[in-house]
Amino acid sequence: MSDLLKRRFVDQIKVLFGWEPAKPNKAEDISPAAQKIHFYKKGNRDLIAEKLHARAHAQHSNKWRNRRWATLIFANLLFTFSFALDIQILEGALTASRFVGFHLIDLNSALQVMLAHKHIINNLLIGTGTVLVLWVLFGGRTFCSWVCPYHLIAEWAEKIHLFLAKKKLVTDQTMDRRLRTVFWAIFALLAFATGYTVFEAISPTGILSRALIYGPGLALLWVLALLVFEVFFSRRAWCRYACPIGLTYGVVGIISPVRIKYKLDGCFHEGDCRKVCLVPHVLDTVIKGRAVDTEVPIGPDCTRCGLCVDTCPTGSLSFEVKGLSKLA
Amino acid sequence: MSDNDNDRKPAAEVTPPLSKAKRQTNRRRVLRTILLTGGVLGAGLSGFLPLIYSQKKRLRPPGALDEKDFLASCIKCGQCVQVCPVSAIKLADLIDGVGVGTPYIEARAQACDFSCDAVQCVLACPTGSLTYHKPAFMPVRAGAALAAKPILLAKEKDPEPTLNLNERMGVARLTRPEACLAIQGKGFKGQTRGPDFKGTMRYMDVDRWKPIRISNHPYDVPECDLCARECPIKGAISIETVFAPDGSKRKSPVVHEPCVGCGVCEMVCPVEPTAITIEAREVWNT
Repeated sequence: MSDLLKRRFVDQIKVLFGWEPAKPNKAEDISPAAQKIHFYKKGNRDLIAEKLHARAHAQHSNKWRNRRWATLIFANLLFTFSFALDIQILEGALTASRFVGFHLIDLNSALQVMLAHKHIINNLLIGTGTVLVLWVLFGGRTFCSWVCPYHLIAEWAEKIHLFLAKKKLVTDQTMDRRLRTVFWAIFALLAFATGYTVFEAISPTGILSRALIYGPGLALLWVLALLVFEVFFSRRAWCRYACPIGLTYGVVGIISPVRIKYKLDGCFHEGDCRKVCLVPHVLDTVIKGRAVDTEVPIGPDCTRCGLCVDTCPTGSLSFEVKGLSKLA
Repeated sequence: MSDNDNDRKPAAEVTPPLSKAKRQTNRRRVLRTILLTGGVLGAGLSGFLPLIYSQKKRLRPPGALDEKDFLASCIKCGQCVQVCPVSAIKLADLIDGVGVGTPYIEARAQACDFSCDAVQCVLACPTGSLTYHKPAFMPVRAGAALAAKPILLAKEKDPEPTLNLNERMGVARLTRPEACLAIQGKGFKGQTRGPDFKGTMRYMDVDRWKPIRISNHPYDVPECDLCARECPIKGAISIETVFAPDGSKRKSPVVHEPCVGCGVCEMVCPVEPTAITIEAREVWNT
């Protein structure tokens, strides 16, 4: 990794905790090869024609979205059917379960319980360890977009929000992203100080997962309130500004080899990817003149949902498993 | 970059002063952020309700830690719910006030009759909220510990007849003696709890491994002894001859120390409302 990408790696960790991404503002901040491309693109008239051509022929794909929705629905239904049909493959709920007998425990729930209870039994440790390894391998916040049931429902609510926004009936009210870090700390402190897992009582992930498995309850009203807030007030507010689970898995994603890779040369900097992204601050690198190198990995707050990959008309964004290219 | 270079800094690098509109937008953003903080924390406070309600005692599954430790350690996954052969365990909802997603037993509707033989829910629990071995640093309340491992009548002929349970869930108590059929010297004939009652239980003389609806198992007893007859624990309850205040002799159910508080007596009691109830988390007082 070059020094520039190392600096960006650290910067992206700060972005995960809520800071704004740093802009490269000196020539030394950008690698010579990337500078050359930035210079070439500046005021290049041929590029405009090329861009229009690419636009006209771009085929919008839903490949990754469909794969992701299928995975998410399958995973959640596996929970439901394991209980309802007694097939016992994935028993429990998203907070803690057993996959054909192996313990799996959600990292944030495990953390809450450990802080509140201050006593850790082996099964808890084994389950947490297994899930930690799993999500290090698959990309940290991959949990959010590929497994979390709230993510899917919020994605549908987001469509309503965007429709209303287009009609100018609502506007997206953005908030300070550092709030999520504050919530994470508050809920961790509350669990530790009061000995009670407060966050688990209001976690829409847990509430929805249990509702899917054990039947609906009044706790769903809280999930509904969040969705209403997101539709009429602030786009994807829970996932963007509040959910401590996202931050926990984001931290896991720091060292994960699965990520989205950005290639500078083919990009027309039109920002379609940023429009569909849940966490557009991780895509700051696609803004004209911002990429510090010709290839830039996207940071840990990325949920690896693949919407940008589907949307990009030039194939400048793609999934990458770090290290695999070296083997091939 | 040396200090001298600052003079030649291009204009673009100097942060321009914020316009009035931009400052206002920023201020609104801060307000909204505070609003969301308040909203989520407010909802979070509702999570504390069970601590306030914890005075109101609910029957937890067998092997549960004391209420405060239980609430701290339960990860709300429902694996205990899934393994229970008689579906005795339910997950609490928002208004139950005993912790969203935490397991409890409503003994009158469906008691734990230990059909599983091994206290499966304890085995399933991933966090030790339900446990066979309570950590040494957690104190056992006086009277909560059972004097001996309870003998499960269904397993009495097995090489290992006991249940791996060290503490009781609660204690059965004859709360409405005036309604008790045994005390009145009455018998009972028919389906206890009526034909529509959905509760299930295993009857050893029917099938050891398959619990059936108690409505499919009608009774005909000259003197009601259903609570003692169906109690799954050896020596936990019996029908004794006692002296009434006026000196006359009569029959009455008497609860003994081995009672673990499973709730079968409460479920099978034929009178409405039940004459015998489980006092959840209650300890044995001699």
